[in-house]
Amino acid sequence: MPDSDKPDPLEGLAARIAEARGRRQVRTEGGGNRDESTGRFMSMAMRIGVELVAALVVAMGAGWLLDRWLGTKPWLMIVFFFLGSAAGIMNVYRAVNGLGLAAGYKRPDEEGRE
Amino acid sequence: MTVAESPLEQFKIERLAEFHIGGYDASFTNSSLLMVVAVVAITAFLVLGSAKSALVPGRWQSMTELAYEFIANMVHENAGTAGMKYFPWVFSIFMFVLFGNLLGMIPYSFTFTSHIVVTFALAAMVFVTVTLIALFRHGFKFFGFFFPHGAPIAMAPLIVPIEILSYLSRPVSLSIRLFANMMAGHTMLFVFGTFTVALGVFGVLPFAVNIALILFEFLVAVLQAYVFTILTCLYLKDAIELH
Repeated sequence: MPDSDKPDPLEGLAARIAEARGRRQVRTEGGGNRDESTGRFMSMAMRIGVELVAALVVAMGAGWLLDRWLGTKPWLMIVFFFLGSAAGIMNVYRAVNGLGLAAGYKRPDEEGRE
Repeated sequence: MTVAESPLEQFKIERLAEFHIGGYDASFTNSSLLMVVAVVAITAFLVLGSAKSALVPGRWQSMTELAYEFIANMVHENAGTAGMKYFPWVFSIFMFVLFGNLLGMIPYSFTFTSHIVVTFALAAMVFVTVTLIALFRHGFKFFGFFFPHGAPIAMAPLIVPIEILSYLSRPVSLSIRLFANMMAGHTMLFVFGTFTVALGVFGVLPFAVNIALILFEFLVAVLQAYVFTILTCLYLKDAIELH
């Protein structure tokens, strides 16, 4: 930097901080630019497969327990198998679309987002 | 290593000191030992790293600050400003999982994150905490969470069970992912290690694979800690915002 005008290092610091804060705020509130980093994609790739299976495991387990409890041997487990598959696919769909993994998710780019 | 052990031998829990509390086996195992080591190491890493608190950080302090800022940004970006209240909790989880994974990379040590009991306990803790946060913040509105915004009411009998299952699958997927990755990685290392021993001169090939695998395992160790933490943040965000 040419020292012709010799800028005061603290001059405009407050403005710079405010600007940086504002940028961060935008990034946070703006739903996130998803090209953030490859780390995000890697973590995404690691998530998907397990997500699909986990819902199925939980559903089958729940079905089996309910069956044992209510004495309706195979039926609830069969019903829960289908529910679990649906839940698993829904999990993956939401994870891939960047909607998070939540139940009852709205699209983050909807206007009504606070 | 000439004895052909099972590749799963490395995950064996050994009791170092036997305790029985109320009929439960609460022995101090090698897994517990490594957890203690992890906690001590984390404390040392952070306390010693921030002891000098120089304005221009040295290497150690940089690492400490980097870890802190990484998680602080992650929580802030994913869970928002309201989520920063839970930052110490998220940070503890991250450091514990990270150190658990990395300590397991030391030869002859033990990876406590390769046991589903441990990862499931962590995931269940996350799940219960996040659910409680949601319940306290939103009360009974929390249960509206299980019915998506704008879906026809007639679909409720089908959607609600699916959403509940999806919600309940969170701790399972969280724990399985971490445990399976750690266990698979360490098993692979062992298998290629035995190949190296068994093949003699041609052992160079599996040896080369093992070098790549070890590097990959370091990546996985950090990445899995990251994934575990970022999912915790996302769940936290759901609990706070509740769409």
